Amino acid sequence: MTTATLAQDVTYVEAISQALDEEMSRDERVFLMGEDIGAYGGAFKVTEGFLKKFGEWRVLDTPISESGFVGAAIGAAMMGLRPVVEMQFADFISCAFDQITEVAAKNHYRWGAAVPMVIRAPFGGGVHGGPFHSECPEGWFFHSPGLKIVAPSTPYDAKGLLKAAIRDPNPVLYFEHKFLYRRIKATLPQEDFIVPLGKADVKRSGRDISIITYGAMVHLALEAAELLSKEGIDLEVVDLRTLIPLDKETIYASVRKTSKAILLHEDNKTGGIGAEISALLAEECFDCLDGPILRIAPPDTPVPFSTPLEEFFLPKVSDIVAGAKKLAAY
Amino acid sequence: MDQTVVANEIKRSDLLEMYYYLRLTRSVEDRITALYRQGRIVGGVYTSHGMEAIAVGYASALKPDDVIAPFHRDMGAFLIRGFSPGEIFAQYLGKQGGPTKGKDGNVHMGDLKRGMIGFVSHLADNMPVAAGAALAFKIRGESRVAFAGTGDGGTSRGDFHEAMNFAAVRRLPVVFFCTNNQYAYSTPLRYQMAITDVVERAKAYGMPGEIVDGNDVTAVYLASKRAVAKARVGEGPTFLEFKTMRMHGHSEHDAAKYVPRELLEEWKTKDPILRAERLVTQLGYGDESYFHEVGERVKKEVDAGTEFAEQSPLPEGRETLVGVFATEDEVQP
Repeated sequence: MTTATLAQDVTYVEAISQALDEEMSRDERVFLMGEDIGAYGGAFKVTEGFLKKFGEWRVLDTPISESGFVGAAIGAAMMGLRPVVEMQFADFISCAFDQITEVAAKNHYRWGAAVPMVIRAPFGGGVHGGPFHSECPEGWFFHSPGLKIVAPSTPYDAKGLLKAAIRDPNPVLYFEHKFLYRRIKATLPQEDFIVPLGKADVKRSGRDISIITYGAMVHLALEAAELLSKEGIDLEVVDLRTLIPLDKETIYASVRKTSKAILLHEDNKTGGIGAEISALLAEECFDCLDGPILRIAPPDTPVPFSTPLEEFFLPKVSDIVAGAKKLAAY
Repeated sequence: MDQTVVANEIKRSDLLEMYYYLRLTRSVEDRITALYRQGRIVGGVYTSHGMEAIAVGYASALKPDDVIAPFHRDMGAFLIRGFSPGEIFAQYLGKQGGPTKGKDGNVHMGDLKRGMIGFVSHLADNMPVAAGAALAFKIRGESRVAFAGTGDGGTSRGDFHEAMNFAAVRRLPVVFFCTNNQYAYSTPLRYQMAITDVVERAKAYGMPGEIVDGNDVTAVYLASKRAVAKARVGEGPTFLEFKTMRMHGHSEHDAAKYVPRELLEEWKTKDPILRAERLVTQLGYGDESYFHEVGERVKKEVDAGTEFAEQSPLPEGRETLVGVFATEDEVQP
C-alpha cells in the first residue's frame, strides 16, 4: 500500500467531517449550529478546526436549547440557507421533538414551505453511555410523515449520505453511530460523490436468509454471516442506509430471492422499524415466505449502563446465529 | 396616541390606510363568523375582534421583504401582505383557492413569497423559527427584519424563552411581541404567570421591552417602527407587549362565560376602530361620510371574496397524498 492510499484511509467520523467541510466549501449557504461545536470542535470532534476555517457565523455555538436552535434552523432554511444542526447526543433530540415533527415535517405539506436542513444525531449504544447517551430514537421520527431519515454503516455511506442529505430540499435526520466513529476505516474516492437517499445496499449477497438492518448492526450481521457460512447457511445482508424513504424494492427483491427474513436493529423491539418492515413483508411477500419473519432487537427497556446489563441489552452475533439457524430449519 | 404626535410622525395616507385595513379585517372576520354560524365553515374560528389594531399596526410598520410569523389573531397582517379576502374565505372553507389548498384550515396560512410564515397551533413554536429567519438575514448581511409573536399564554412555553435567549445572545434582527389579551382560552393571566406585565420576561434575556396600548393602531405602529429600526441597524431584538382584551371566546364555539361582563363592557369603549375614527376626525383627515365610504368599499371586497370562495372547487380526496416532500425546484434560490 502506498502512502497516498493510506492518506485516503478515513474513519467513519472523519468521513462525516469531510462531508461537512466539502459541502461548506462548495456551497456558502451551508452553515452549522450546535452545542460546543465551535472552539471545542464538538463533543466528538467532528467540527474541529471548522470555526477557524469558516468563521463564527457559519459555525455557531448555541445555548443548551435544542428546541430553540432546531427552530432557528427551520427559519434559516426557509429563508434559503442550508443549516446542519448537531445534536450533541441523539438522546437530546427529544427536546426538539415538537419542532421536528410539527414544524419541520409539516411546513411543506401544510403551506408549501420547503425546509432544507439536516439534523446530525450521534446515536446508539456499546459505548457505556447509559440511558441518556445511548438511545436509538429513529423510531419516533419514522412515524412522522415529512422527514427523511438516514443511518449509514460505513465511512463511504457516511460521507455520501451526508452530502446527499445536505443537498436535499427536505428536513433530513442523519443518525450517525457513535460506536462506529473510530472503529472502522475505508479508502474513499478523492472526487466528490454522493450516496443517493432512498437506496438500500446489499452489503453481502447470499441465497438462504435476508437479514435487513442498518447502522452498527450491519457489522454484526456481516460477522454472523461469516460464521454461518462455515455451517452452510448463506446470509444476505441488506443495509437499509435510508429509513425514509424506505427502499422497498431492494428489500422485497432480497426476500423474494431468499424466502426468509430477519429484521435486526438496535432500537427497541416494540413498534420499531423491524415491526414495520415485517408488516410490509407480510403484506407484499407473503407468497414467497418459507418461514416466520424474525425480529432481533433489544428488549423494551431503556439502555442500561453497567457492562453486563448493556451487553445483555444489545443484539449479539450469537443472537443472529441462533435466529438464522432457527429460520434455516424451515 | 396624542394627536400632535400622530400628526408629526405618521403620514396622513399611512393612517388612512391603517384605518382601511382595520375595517377590512373586521369585515372579513365578521363574514367568517357568519359563515361559521351558517355551518359552512367547519373546524375552529379564532378572530381578532376588538384587537385588530395589533396586526394592522405592526404589519404597516414593516417593509415588504421583512417576514412575519403571526399570532393566531393577526388577520390584518395577512390582508396587508396581500392575501385577498377571497383566498382567505377559500382557506376557511377548505377550498382549493385557499393558500393551503385545503391542507390546513383557518388562520394556518402562510406564503414565503409574501413573507408570511405559516402559523403552528403549538403556541410559540414559530418564535425560534423567526429567530432563525433573522439569523439568515444576519449571516447574509441583509437589512431585513423578522417580526414574530404569541399570546400571553404562549409566553409560558419553553420555545418562547429559547427564542428570546438565542436572539438576544446573537443580537438577531427580530422583534418579538406578545398579544396580551388577558385570557389564554379560559385561563386568566394570573394563572399563567406570577407577574402582571409580560414585558418583565424580556429583562431576563437582556432584551429591551416596551408596553404598548394594543388598541391604538398608531401606538402599535410607532412602537413597531422603533423596534424594527433598531433591529435593522444591528442593535438586536426588542420585545413588545401589546395590551388588549379578547372580546370573543377563544373560538366561535366558546361563549366565554368565564370572562366578567364588566371587563368586556369596559373594553368595548376602547374599540380600536372607534379610536381610529376619533383620531382621524380630530386630525381632520376624514368624517362620518368618509367612514361610510370605506365601509361600502370593504363590503364590496368581502362580498366579491365570498363569491370567489364559493366558486372555488373543493380539493379531490386523493390530493391528500400530494406534497409531503418538497422537490429541488421548490427551494428558495
